[in-house]
Amino acid sequence: MRPELQKLFRMDKLPHIWCPGCGHGIITRAIAEAINESDLDLDKTVIVSGIGCSSRAPGYMHFDTLHTLHGRALAFATGVKLANPELNVFVLTGDGDATAIGGNHFIHAARRNIDLNIILFNNNIYGMTGGQYSPLTPTGKIASTSPYGNPENNFDIPALAIAAGASYVARGTAFHDKLLIDCIKEGIKNKGFSLIEAMSMCPTSYGRRNKMGNAADMLNDLKTTAVNINVAKKLPPEKLEGKFLIGKLHHKPYPEFTQEYDKLIAKLQKGAE
Amino acid sequence: MVEKPLDIDQKLCKGCGICYTLCPKKAIKGDEKGKVVVDNPDLCSKCGICESHCPDYAIFVRREKK
Ligand SMILES: Cc1ncc(C[n+]2csc(CCOP(=O)(O)OP(=O)(O)O)c2C)c(N)n1
Ligand code: SF4
Ligand code: SF4
Ligand code: SF4
Ligand SMILES: [Mg+2]
Repeated sequence: MRPELQKLFRMDKLPHIWCPGCGHGIITRAIAEAINESDLDLDKTVIVSGIGCSSRAPGYMHFDTLHTLHGRALAFATGVKLANPELNVFVLTGDGDATAIGGNHFIHAARRNIDLNIILFNNNIYGMTGGQYSPLTPTGKIASTSPYGNPENNFDIPALAIAAGASYVARGTAFHDKLLIDCIKEGIKNKGFSLIEAMSMCPTSYGRRNKMGNAADMLNDLKTTAVNINVAKKLPPEKLEGKFLIGKLHHKPYPEFTQEYDKLIAKLQKGAE
Repeated sequence: MVEKPLDIDQKLCKGCGICYTLCPKKAIKGDEKGKVVVDNPDLCSKCGICESHCPDYAIFVRREKK
């Protein structure tokens, strides 16, 4: 690892537990790069996660970190940010963690526009528990719980986040790491709920079952299926079939929860004088 | 011979094959266990693709300080 990044990692905890070729390692590095390039006060930066392979990421990062309960990362992070709004709070979560068991926390944290930076590691599966389908498993895909193909529809997470009230929404992939870093940096600058969907890959619990080849093949799939939103604007709809968009998808700042809360406290304290 | 372009930490490499599949210059390859080894150091353009896509942080591309 590059020496200047090493200070952001708990180097003594490596090698990490992730399988060979797991996309989560690439995304975790991109997060560290984005933090490194954003000149944040590292002593005022907290990284919170739930449970899952993705949620193990903060355990390798040299920050104040909280590894919490499955689905509850956003609830803990909301508490951290409200108790001390000057902290930079990151939430690292998986597709299962954030959109299945944690789906309600997800929409309500977005609705409040609380200043959190969420990086959602989307590998389209519950990786840690052996490959059950998640709300982000595409229709038709094979999971341990859908051996004949997933009969359900998957969420479009950016659309859900925008509808719920997120003020910054972007998507990157483990292949497009530079774009991912730029999106995370923009999300950090946004004062409000910033959701970055990071397309990851799980060769072990998803790729193998769906005959997607090895880790490099899966990275290549991300490369060829993603279309930058700026390019997509110029393409006819038929060229976008089966593709997903990457880049900045939404940015509309509006009043942030902890600031509004502080204003309310100040107003009420004045009234009490 | 140019200066060694890459630092590889063999202890961290899990042999996933991403780096040498993505390398545009074929400067690195897999050994019999699939772990990365430098093959043609002179071909390496120091693009950094291997470093940024290694999930295990096993590669560091040496770039001269400007
Ligand atoms: C309350 C509770 N329910 C279920 C589990 C089992 N469990 C652990 S991780 C996980 C899913 C993780 O999926 P995701 O968030 O997508 O992370 P990934 O492993 O794919 O990175 C589940 C269901 C748990 N630990 N706690
Ligand atoms: S099971 Fe999947 S998500 Fe978990 S470490 Fe292995 S490859 Fe990564
Ligand atoms: S990408 Fe990393 S872990 Fe995979 S073979 Fe190359 S050096 Fe080893
Ligand atoms: S820096 Fe670029 S050219 Fe050199 S080994 Fe890595 S991927 Fe290949
Ligand atoms: Mg998952």
